[in-house]
Amino acid sequence: MKDEKKHISTYRSLVTVLVILLALTTISVLITGIHLGPVTVAVALVIASIKVAIVITQFMHLRFENLFLKLAVSGVFTLFALVILITFIDYFFR
Amino acid sequence: MTVHQTHTEHIDSETGKLGMWIFLFTELFLFGGLFLVYAIFRAKYSPEFHHAAEELNAFIGTINTVFLLVSSMTVAGALTAMQKGDRRMTLLLLSVTILLAGLFMVNKYFEWSHKFEYGIWPGSPVLKNMPHGELLFFGLYYMMTGLHALHVLVGMVLLSINVVKVRAGSVSSEHYLMLENSALYWHLVDLIWIFLFPLLYLIT
Repeated sequence: MKDEKKHISTYRSLVTVLVILLALTTISVLITGIHLGPVTVAVALVIASIKVAIVITQFMHLRFENLFLKLAVSGVFTLFALVILITFIDYFFR
Repeated sequence: MTVHQTHTEHIDSETGKLGMWIFLFTELFLFGGLFLVYAIFRAKYSPEFHHAAEELNAFIGTINTVFLLVSSMTVAGALTAMQKGDRRMTLLLLSVTILLAGLFMVNKYFEWSHKFEYGIWPGSPVLKNMPHGELLFFGLYYMMTGLHALHVLVGMVLLSINVVKVRAGSVSSEHYLMLENSALYWHLVDLIWIFLFPLLYLIT
C-alpha cells in the first residue's frame, strides 16, 4: 500500500473497453433473439457476467487496486454465488 | 515533513475507497436478494414469466443499456481527466454522464407511462386479474427497475455535486476521492443494469 504510483487509465483504453462492452451487448441481444430455451438464459447470464467482470476490473480500476480489495470483491461475489446455489438446492430438493 | 503528509493522505484515500467498496457490497446484496426472488419465481412460474416478459420493450431496454455503458465510460474518463489535472475535460465528461443519465430517465418515463396506459401499474385492477406468475413478474419488474432508477437519480445528484466541487476547486487533481467514489457508485448503477437488462428484457 505504501508509495504505490497511482494508475491512471488512458482515454484510449476506456474507449476500447466501451467498444468491447457494446459488442457483447449486441451479441447478447442477437443471441436471445433466437429462441433456444434454457440455453438462451445461460448464454445471456454468461455474457452479463463477463461484462460485469470487465466493468469491475477496468472501469472500477480493481485491476490496479491492492490485493486486499481484490480478495474482498472476489469473496463477496463468491458469497453471493453460494447464496444463489444454496437457495436453488433448497428449492429443488426440498 | 512533506513526504510524511503525502503518505498520510494516500492512506486516507485508500481507506475512503475501501469504505465505498464496502457500501457497494451492501448494494450488491440489496439487488442480489431481488435477483434471487426473481430467479426462484421464474423457475416456479416459467410460462407466465415468459408471457409477461414479452410485454417489455427490448428496444428501449437496449437503448438504455447503451446510455449506461457510455455514461460509465465518460465518468471513468472524467476521473482520468481529473487525475491528469484537466479540469475542463473533467467538467465536460461529467456533464455528458449526467446528460446520459437524464436520457435514461426520460426513456424510463416513456416506458413506464406506456405500461400505465395499458393499466399495468403496481396494484392496478388489470394487474390483480392477471395470473399469479404475471402479477409477480410485473411486481418484481417495478420493484427492480424502480429501485435502480432511484439509484440513477442519486447518481445524478452525486455527479452534479462533483461538478460544483470541481468548479470550486475542492475536488482537484490532488484531492479527488469524492469523484473517485462517485464514479464507483455510478459504475455500480451500470453493473446492476447489466444484469437487469437480460433478465427482464431479453430472456422471454
